Amino acid sequence: MPRFPKPPEGSWTEHYPGLGTGPVSYEDSISPEYFEREKEAIFKRAWLNVGRVEQLPRMGSYFTKDIKAAHASIVVVRDKAGQVRAFHNMCRHRGNKLVWTDDPKKESQGVCRQFACKYHGWRYDLDGSLTFIQQEGEFFDVDKSQWGLAPVHCDVWAGFIFVNFAHEPKQPLREFLGPMVTDLEGYPFERMTARFGYSTTVGANWKLFMDAFAEFYHAPVLHGNQSPEKYSKAALQAGFEAPHYQIEEPHRLVSTSGVRFWEMGADMIKPMEALTRGGLFGPWDKADLGEMPKGVNPAKCDPWGLDSFQLFPNFVILIWSQGWYLTYHYWPTSHNTHVFEGNVYFLPATNIRDRIAQEMSAVTFKEFALQDANTLEATQMMLETRYVDRFLLNDQEILCRHLHKVVGDWVNDYEGARR
Amino acid sequence: MSAEGVNTLLPAEFADLEPFAAKWCLATEPERYGTRLASTTEEMQVFYDAVTPRAEAAMAYLSELPYDALPDDALNLLYLLYSMIQASFPAEIWRQPRVPDTGATSFDCFIEPVP
Repeated sequence: MPRFPKPPEGSWTEHYPGLGTGPVSYEDSISPEYFEREKEAIFKRAWLNVGRVEQLPRMGSYFTKDIKAAHASIVVVRDKAGQVRAFHNMCRHRGNKLVWTDDPKKESQGVCRQFACKYHGWRYDLDGSLTFIQQEGEFFDVDKSQWGLAPVHCDVWAGFIFVNFAHEPKQPLREFLGPMVTDLEGYPFERMTARFGYSTTVGANWKLFMDAFAEFYHAPVLHGNQSPEKYSKAALQAGFEAPHYQIEEPHRLVSTSGVRFWEMGADMIKPMEALTRGGLFGPWDKADLGEMPKGVNPAKCDPWGLDSFQLFPNFVILIWSQGWYLTYHYWPTSHNTHVFEGNVYFLPATNIRDRIAQEMSAVTFKEFALQDANTLEATQMMLETRYVDRFLLNDQEILCRHLHKVVGDWVNDYEGARR
Repeated sequence: MSAEGVNTLLPAEFADLEPFAAKWCLATEPERYGTRLASTTEEMQVFYDAVTPRAEAAMAYLSELPYDALPDDALNLLYLLYSMIQASFPAEIWRQPRVPDTGATSFDCFIEPVP
């Protein structure tokens, strides 16, 4: 008997009939050739989140970003009018990488009044226009207005900066995000500037890590040893069920029910959680963020733990009921490697006890994420042996099923349209 | 610097924690996490046993000071509490410095709030 009602079709998976219920293949995660197809069909076509506006606090603030999956290297900058723009990070003269510090293979950030190429000194305004050519008279009839930095489509939603490498994006950003995501507008992302950022290189396909954070079926098992035995046993006995799943192509959402650790007996929680009043679910004393927009906890689950919004292709916004949020980015670097970045965002603490609870929550996040990340190489390694190529997914793993399906759909649609 | 001119890192009220200060009063997560991995569980248990009974008093002490302008010794006390949180995982659950079964994985903190 399910703890939470399922849709009339009998399961979440069957509620979305395109998904099927049969075994799936992970050929899309172990093939170098498939990764090349993903690059063209997905990473050069979809809107990709590359950061937040708080990373560009003033005129001339910039950061560079290398996006291997789109074979691109860009510079994102706030121009003199305050607009956020993105350009291919390349001098129009002879193609030198324009903005970099010390090592051109590393990303950089800073503030500047203009961009100047290290090679021959060509200069560009913050809006990308070419303003100066060294010894301009030696060139042949150059119209500088035609030789500005090559722009990348760039748009901002709710303070999140997105870029798109298509010649012409198929949809504007808002339309691509769709109402399930844009209904988050009004969540005070811009106020939550106390940030813990973590990064790691993972020896597995990017989708396998997305899968790991797309389901919580694993939680009572993989993370069982994170809690006192009494809690772990109860969690394992209960298993995991989510009260709500939602798919709005190409994105997906899971909402979970809450756990009120602070109402539990001492044998169910760790002493450090009681001492710091923080833990996996965040600070026990909920941050007051004001009224939530309708997109948060859209099914009005009560109790409610979190919403994990999984934005296609590689970006997750995870909103906790305790008044904090996380983002995950999965940046593929090959068919079996990617760079994972996790960010934890809180309202800036104004007192010691809030700060201590935040520290405990962030440190706990890392302890769990280390466990999640470590299963991935083990999975990648075995999938690549190819001795087994059909795998089962249950109803709580519906979002894994959807991710692989939508990746396949984008690849097929793109290649179909070119035939 | 105490009245006697002896170098101390922590406020005088927390002199009992001074033996742990040089090792654990660390400003950044990479330093704290690195020190955790470079320490033995037994060593962290001793630190944990000494600091946890004093944590409530430490938080109360720090709460009396301006959060945005903590003096150096108070800041060190705060860093010691952050290190206590790091050490609690080996002491309370893992019985080893590292999360079990995470030999192939790292998770590098590149930005964190100040303080």
